[in-house]
Amino acid sequence: MFQIQVSTSINGDDTEFSCEADETLLDVLRDRLGMTGSKEGCGTGDCGACSVIVDGRLVCSCLMLGAEAQGCEIETIEGMADGTELHPLQQKFLDHAALQCGVCTPGFLIAAKSLLERNDDPTEEEVRYWLAGNLCRCTGYDKIVRAVLDTAKDMRKPAKTKKAAAKKRVKA
Amino acid sequence: MNFQPGKDALKRNFKIVGTRTPRPDGLDKITGRARFGADMTAPGMLWGLILRSPHAHARIKSIDTSSAEAVNGVHAVITAKDFGPCPEDVLDIRENVMAREKALYDGHAVAAVAATSRAAAKQALKLIKVDYEVLPHVTDVDEAMKPSAPIINSKLFTKGLDKTPKKPSNIAERFEFGHGDVEAGLKQADLVIERTFRTEATHQGYIEPHACLASMGSDGRGDIWCCTQGHFMVRQVCSALLGIDASGLRVTASEIGGGFGGKTTVFIEPVALALSLKANHPVKVVMSRSEVLRASGPTSSTSIDVKIGMKKDGTITAGDATLRYQGGAFPGSAVPYGAMAAFACYDLKAVRAVGYDVIANRPKQAAYRAPGAPMAAYAVESVVDELCKELRLDPLDVRLKNASSDGSKASYGPNFDVIGLRATLEAAKAHPHYKTKLGANQGRGVACGFWFNFGGETSVSLNVNADGTIGLSVGTPDIGGSRASIGNMAAEELGVPHDKVRCIIADTASLGYNDVTDGSRVTFASGLAAINAARDAIGKMCERAAGIWGIPVEAVTWEDGTARPSSPNAGKHDPLTLADIAAQAGATGGPIAGHCEINAEGAGVSFATHMVDTEVDPDTGYVKILRYTVFQDAGKAVHPSYVEGQFQGGAVQGIGWALNEEYIYGKDGTLQNAGFLDYRIPVASDLPMIDAVIVEVPNPGHPYGVRGVGETSIVPPLAAISNSVSSAAGVRMTQLPMSPPKVLKALGRI
Amino acid sequence: MVKVQVWGSLKSALEGADEVELQAASIREVLDQLSATYPAMKQAIDRGVSVSVDGRMYANSIMVPLKPDSEVFVLPKLVGG
Repeated sequence: MFQIQVSTSINGDDTEFSCEADETLLDVLRDRLGMTGSKEGCGTGDCGACSVIVDGRLVCSCLMLGAEAQGCEIETIEGMADGTELHPLQQKFLDHAALQCGVCTPGFLIAAKSLLERNDDPTEEEVRYWLAGNLCRCTGYDKIVRAVLDTAKDMRKPAKTKKAAAKKRVKA
Repeated sequence: MNFQPGKDALKRNFKIVGTRTPRPDGLDKITGRARFGADMTAPGMLWGLILRSPHAHARIKSIDTSSAEAVNGVHAVITAKDFGPCPEDVLDIRENVMAREKALYDGHAVAAVAATSRAAAKQALKLIKVDYEVLPHVTDVDEAMKPSAPIINSKLFTKGLDKTPKKPSNIAERFEFGHGDVEAGLKQADLVIERTFRTEATHQGYIEPHACLASMGSDGRGDIWCCTQGHFMVRQVCSALLGIDASGLRVTASEIGGGFGGKTTVFIEPVALALSLKANHPVKVVMSRSEVLRASGPTSSTSIDVKIGMKKDGTITAGDATLRYQGGAFPGSAVPYGAMAAFACYDLKAVRAVGYDVIANRPKQAAYRAPGAPMAAYAVESVVDELCKELRLDPLDVRLKNASSDGSKASYGPNFDVIGLRATLEAAKAHPHYKTKLGANQGRGVACGFWFNFGGETSVSLNVNADGTIGLSVGTPDIGGSRASIGNMAAEELGVPHDKVRCIIADTASLGYNDVTDGSRVTFASGLAAINAARDAIGKMCERAAGIWGIPVEAVTWEDGTARPSSPNAGKHDPLTLADIAAQAGATGGPIAGHCEINAEGAGVSFATHMVDTEVDPDTGYVKILRYTVFQDAGKAVHPSYVEGQFQGGAVQGIGWALNEEYIYGKDGTLQNAGFLDYRIPVASDLPMIDAVIVEVPNPGHPYGVRGVGETSIVPPLAAISNSVSSAAGVRMTQLPMSPPKVLKALGRI
Repeated sequence: MVKVQVWGSLKSALEGADEVELQAASIREVLDQLSATYPAMKQAIDRGVSVSVDGRMYANSIMVPLKPDSEVFVLPKLVGG
């Protein structure tokens, strides 16, 4: 079948791939680029395990075609940490035991990251509604919500060092 | 050396156990590095797809695969013909994995293809010609029991009756449990309430679909990577189905994205292996969400009659239940466990539970967290609640009055050992939740639940590395964070910091046999085995120290990770730490390891009380969960965060089962809601925080007092929520799920 | 003599008795004697049973020793999830 050539940027790296017209972005990430952090839980956009951020927007990568990624900036779970420095959300998920089997965790981290980039002081209700597109079957969501709220609280604190402050500015 | 349950004292003071240490596999899971079932590839890999019956019940007259085989890129096409003779105990699995003379449910596998791309495999699937003769079907449990029902298996004659019937039926077996004179007991009651309840099938709902990568060689040896709760079970069943030696198949358990019992059996693994054998390539098979719902192992739909008699003072005089469960197209539903667990929370002189295992044209059921118990508890706890309301008695006081306790005779026969039911009820009564004021349309419900918990065959290998760190290999896949708890128990026993122990799940070639991760057994059994293995290693390290010091080994003690002379008489010797001894291992006799291979017994049962407040909207029928508290006995919580996690996760699965989740079959017997949009599991916005109160009544069967906790938490919610809705809206919901249309109907609004 | 009870639907296999008394030193001896004396019990035992001894459950162990006055209960083989 005829393959389409796509140029995109993934987690800051320029990336070229070819894919068939009917392949989803999730198929491309997992099967062509070896980026298996995003998961297929349903293939119909109902579970959020495949969540990625495309040009700043939270998207189910199973609902987007690979070819549509042309010229886009894509962020996946693989790029969430800055080298060995974890994103605060990742650290808080560990601290709060906000994961059990961990398969939904990449999707939740990306979705929560997207929330905190828009709203640095969400209420519990806002966190729950924002994350309603991500299914978890193990935790009952309790510790996930606590981890997100705790991260937001920490991120609102003034940065402790000059380096951290510079980082905060770049992220915003 | 091994812990002797009932004889050895339990440890009481802990340094690591009971603390919230960071999780060892956490980093991989939060960065996307962890590899789950579908995350593995192999050179030369083919994609496998499965063709499934669109009919609920049909004779397969012929299958023509010739056009499919001709598609470019297709390397193998298989049908039931590719599965040869096998032992009797796996005949049903063989037929479930690939249909033989008949397709028995919508989604039943009939053929499979392996090709170089998913597109080629899809194309080939379309070209497989199956000639079906559609037969009458039955999907409802009560309908399936009627004499007029279509017979699914003409060789099935009901077992467990006084006389084996001459005619086949869909009733596979009758079970009965209980003791005492139920009729006499009911006569003593001041009030007898009798009700019938119905629950629909639900799915475990794990977010990760089944997936595997199989690689078979023509020499009868191969490997398979799969997400499973039991890779030794996969080895056993698949080698039996393929007719190869168990040692010829090495199974590696990937990280698993949820199981809850649904991954304690095989569905696609034998198919992937058979495809791989025929194609002589590795083959990857991944189920779609629709396939998972149609063709893996949901739980039973049920129909349950309960009759209970109570005196004015709250004494329960008798309990009687008849449970009818359909387990899909093959015998083996969880009805015996439901019947055994139904009245387990009550110390009754007269009790009877009769269970019927029924087959229907639905997928073969698999275990779902305390299999059989949630539905039974729903029925019994609902009637107890109704009796309490009628007699104006406090539901917690009535349960305390009749509660099973240490040494009391269980409704299913044996006497209980030390148990924690009373402790959970007392914790519930004392909790501020119980005194929280309720508003309009709001109500409170409580319910109790129980699960047996298991031990089982367990093998653990503990290796002391030369640098003083510990490699701990276990064989029970980690579905809830157990690696952290098991590692911590080994560290506690050895007396080393927790981060010196690395616990991994070894493959089937590297370790002795392990039963599946189920029955809430891992923290208990692998933990017990790890403790024994640590003691074994300590014994060996003491021998090395004795040799280094030139004193008898009886004169050496082990304390806080260090060997010391036990008294000044043994001589003046500087203590040797584990690291000191490890560094000299080679020179003093060789590598040091501890082992334990046991059939772990002495698992302690876990009881729970749940308390939930709901608000019922009289206009929409929507039930909102306002607050939820779980009180459950963990014996000894090794890692409190993961114990809380089990309480919360089980409660939320119960909430979904009670309020939204159900399998919906059409008139043609096909599944109508085979996706996460219409098979609606709870989302974050449906729920409040779930409060978890850990009660600890140590289990005498484990050196640290551990009880399994994973399953009990799903047993009380169905009833607790139904009882709460009854308090809030004044209606007794006898059918699950309590979705808005059903609630409105019960309120007389539609 | 150990006291052996069985679950309800198996009582008919014990030919009406609620409980039997046996001279047995282990679970294996109990199961062997039951199978030898009551053919209907043999069928159930071959399919797999769990046994409770003095309140403790054994899913699959036949070598478990019994006390002279142990209470033994035979149940269907337990499965979890």
